[in-house]
Amino acid sequence: MKLSINGASHEVNLPEEMPILWTLRDVLGLTGTKFGCGKALCGACTVMLDGQPIRSCSTPISAAKDKQITTIEAVSEDKVGRAIQQAWVELGVPQCGYCQSGQVVSATALLRTNSNPSDTDIDNAMSGNICRCGTYNRIRDAIKLAATKSGDAQ
Amino acid sequence: MNKPLKNETLQTEITNISRRNLLKGFALTGFVLAVGMPFVGFAEGEEAPKYGRDAMPNGWVDNPLIFVAIAEDGTVTIVSHRSEMGQGVRTSLPMVVADELEADWGRVKVIQAPGDEERYGNQDTDGSRSVRHFFMPMRNVGAAARMMLEAAAAAHWGVSVDEVFAENHQIKHRPSGKTLGYGELAKAASQLDVPEREKLQLKTADQFRYIGKQSTKLIDGEDIVTGKAIYGIDIQLDGMAYAVIARPPVYGGKVKSFDDSETMKVPGVIKVVTLKGSPPPAIFNPLGGIAVIAENTWAAMRGREKLKIEWDHGENVSYNSDEYRQKMLEAGSKSGGKVLRSTGDITKAMESADKTFKADYYVPHLSQAPMEPPVATARIQDGKCEVWAPTQAAQAGRDTVAKWLDMSSDDVTVHVTLLGGGFGRKSKPDYLVEAALLSKAMDGRAVQVTWSREDDLHNGYLHTVSIEHLEAGVNEQGKTTAWLHRTVAPSISSTFDAASEHQMPIELGMGVMNIPFAIDNIQLENPAAKAHTRIGWFRSVANIPRAFAIQSFIAEMANELDQDHKAFLLELIGPARKIDPIELKDEWNYGESPEAYPLDTGRLRRVVEAVCEKANWGRDLPAGRGLGLATHYSFVTYTAAIVEVEVSEDGDLSIPRIDIAVDCGPQVNPERIRSQMEGACIMGVSLAMVGEISFKDGAVQEDNFDGYQVTRMNESPREIHVHLLPSEDFDTPLGGVGEPGLPPIAPALCNAIFAATGKRIRDLPIRYQLES
Repeated sequence: MKLSINGASHEVNLPEEMPILWTLRDVLGLTGTKFGCGKALCGACTVMLDGQPIRSCSTPISAAKDKQITTIEAVSEDKVGRAIQQAWVELGVPQCGYCQSGQVVSATALLRTNSNPSDTDIDNAMSGNICRCGTYNRIRDAIKLAATKSGDAQ
Repeated sequence: MNKPLKNETLQTEITNISRRNLLKGFALTGFVLAVGMPFVGFAEGEEAPKYGRDAMPNGWVDNPLIFVAIAEDGTVTIVSHRSEMGQGVRTSLPMVVADELEADWGRVKVIQAPGDEERYGNQDTDGSRSVRHFFMPMRNVGAAARMMLEAAAAAHWGVSVDEVFAENHQIKHRPSGKTLGYGELAKAASQLDVPEREKLQLKTADQFRYIGKQSTKLIDGEDIVTGKAIYGIDIQLDGMAYAVIARPPVYGGKVKSFDDSETMKVPGVIKVVTLKGSPPPAIFNPLGGIAVIAENTWAAMRGREKLKIEWDHGENVSYNSDEYRQKMLEAGSKSGGKVLRSTGDITKAMESADKTFKADYYVPHLSQAPMEPPVATARIQDGKCEVWAPTQAAQAGRDTVAKWLDMSSDDVTVHVTLLGGGFGRKSKPDYLVEAALLSKAMDGRAVQVTWSREDDLHNGYLHTVSIEHLEAGVNEQGKTTAWLHRTVAPSISSTFDAASEHQMPIELGMGVMNIPFAIDNIQLENPAAKAHTRIGWFRSVANIPRAFAIQSFIAEMANELDQDHKAFLLELIGPARKIDPIELKDEWNYGESPEAYPLDTGRLRRVVEAVCEKANWGRDLPAGRGLGLATHYSFVTYTAAIVEVEVSEDGDLSIPRIDIAVDCGPQVNPERIRSQMEGACIMGVSLAMVGEISFKDGAVQEDNFDGYQVTRMNESPREIHVHLLPSEDFDTPLGGVGEPGLPPIAPALCNAIFAATGKRIRDLPIRYQLES
């Protein structure tokens, strides 16, 4: 089947029920998307499917038919995504950094639909993403910083 | 099946961290990795006891030729020999080198050393000691390299070295204003002798460019947020196969029989391998089991689901958490255990007390659950094994792999990737051995073994389970005259000696022996407790239950005595004084010299005072709100926290704010100290609120993040305020940072809950206990 990932088309010959996560990582070599739980419980594997954040560990490639997958590797091509990444660096959000691919993708998906999220909006959008190092407060601050900067730019 | 795409950048980076290429690469550019033995920080056959950095296996090295390379374009490459797991060490220690070297941080590259302690000094990244033990050696590295560049420039210009100085990646000639860049000087500098340690001219604190400042950005920050950072699970080698392992669900169990016929039918499955395990004690050995090797991780996981295995569970099948808790309570309730210290006469003091107190505090098993589960990749070629892994223990991994492959450690290379969290789990290199054994079973083909989250929770090296039994006696004047502590918990030592039922000095030195209280009659006991699972270390280790018990107990006493908690706590700590750990029979003292690191109650008082001031202790709060205070000394650092909670009538808890005051001595990278403290606050809330691993019939009950919960953003404290207490200067001893923030959080939280609701929590986790 054909998969559209980060604007490029990939022909893969795989079982349709294979999760997007392992297709990205083990077959296509796109390792930015992380494995954390395999049960859609931690958000480390978050990617966007037609702009919507999804847990790629529990979403089969069949669900991506005729849709666009966007992974962490392409987030910087998006204006909002780049603002998120810059805010993350500026505020020193990451500790170990392993969950941050998923956090950045979830935050980008949030800001793309809600340019000025409230604390509750941020909680709702981000509580599916676990950070074991405990960077939540900086994530919240960075989302607000990116929102301000994106707003200023418009 | 599509062949995995080769990621060229990744391959290059990975190749670059191999030692052979490091040597080759450096020889072409600036500092030639050269000649002679590295400087090692202690002499052979030395008689005096060793402490701190000198006491670590393989000591420390401060040879600039080992740690620094400068390319002709001026790029400064600094070796990070400690593992990065989120504490920021790949930034903080190279930053120290860069500062003394007067290097421009923007032109610094950091590369990771493979496991080789003979070359780099100790690499065992735990115990909150990387910066504590390597601050001075890394200053020496930077200063020596700077002086070599200065000498090379002086020789080039034919002037006295006194006329030149280093400034931001250049050597300048003061009288003429001439300059030479580091890149231009590197080759000549590398030919010079390394200055003797005694002749190094270190900077004074006012000359620091990065040390003690807030400004240094994380070296890996940009790579992390763009998905380019390489963790253990991101290693991809040519022809690599992927494996998962079905391990015995009960510690000490083994495979009785298995049927893999359905497994072999799963598309992508290549091979099923029986892995030999090791009977207890576990040490760092693999548990054994049945491995499924496949073309990708998912196929391996599906193949494993189809395995039919009959297990011989062994004797630990009797392990049940509820029963074990009762056993520990019984042991804690009566005397007769091993007496650790007895000061005064506890029996008499209790009998004559005006008021006595007694309580038991329970902390269950916890799993470190780093977001990246254990994972390792190995390949065997030409009689040599290479392993790529996120490990806190590169040298121990190397030695353990060598033992299992019956090779010399010299023939094993352990490449250290970034760690997606560690928290102590990745100090145990059992998973490196698994990868090596599987590569061997595949005739040397590269194999990556990935632990699922279920594997991580079911087969971990858990934080122990404990009862801390406390009793105290108070006289008519309200002064505490008697203190009895029975600590009951399986010891980490059981992982190394299956017969061990008593705690080690390392564990007892975490808040049992080294209590800072001015009390005349003290008795400390350690009844036996047998382990039924692998006990390991978890961030802050035994400080978690000790701080929870003692700091909760003190708050309970203050409340019963109708005294202000802060005042009562300070009264118990007593006047500012420096207590000799030897007097307390604390044989460990975090490995530090008792002279350099006494237990300083003045510093403990100071963090309590500071946090109370910052959080406005004693202020009026609306109904349902409360403040809780706790303090703890660990890893030679002093912390105190105040948690503010709000509890609704339905028992829903939220945490508007946490304040934490920290005295860790000189602050090398204050920005990362803050991030470590923020993270510790959240991890502390997490283990107090929802953290629990429980056993039934010898097996862990929790499977994934639904059963073993961790705090998420919506339950996280809304505000965290970190108050770093100033230190005199950079010559005073450093304290630890990664772990000391954690212990005071659970008791401060429970004390706040009591203040808000009148409900006292003595059993963790809190979970549903607030529901009425």
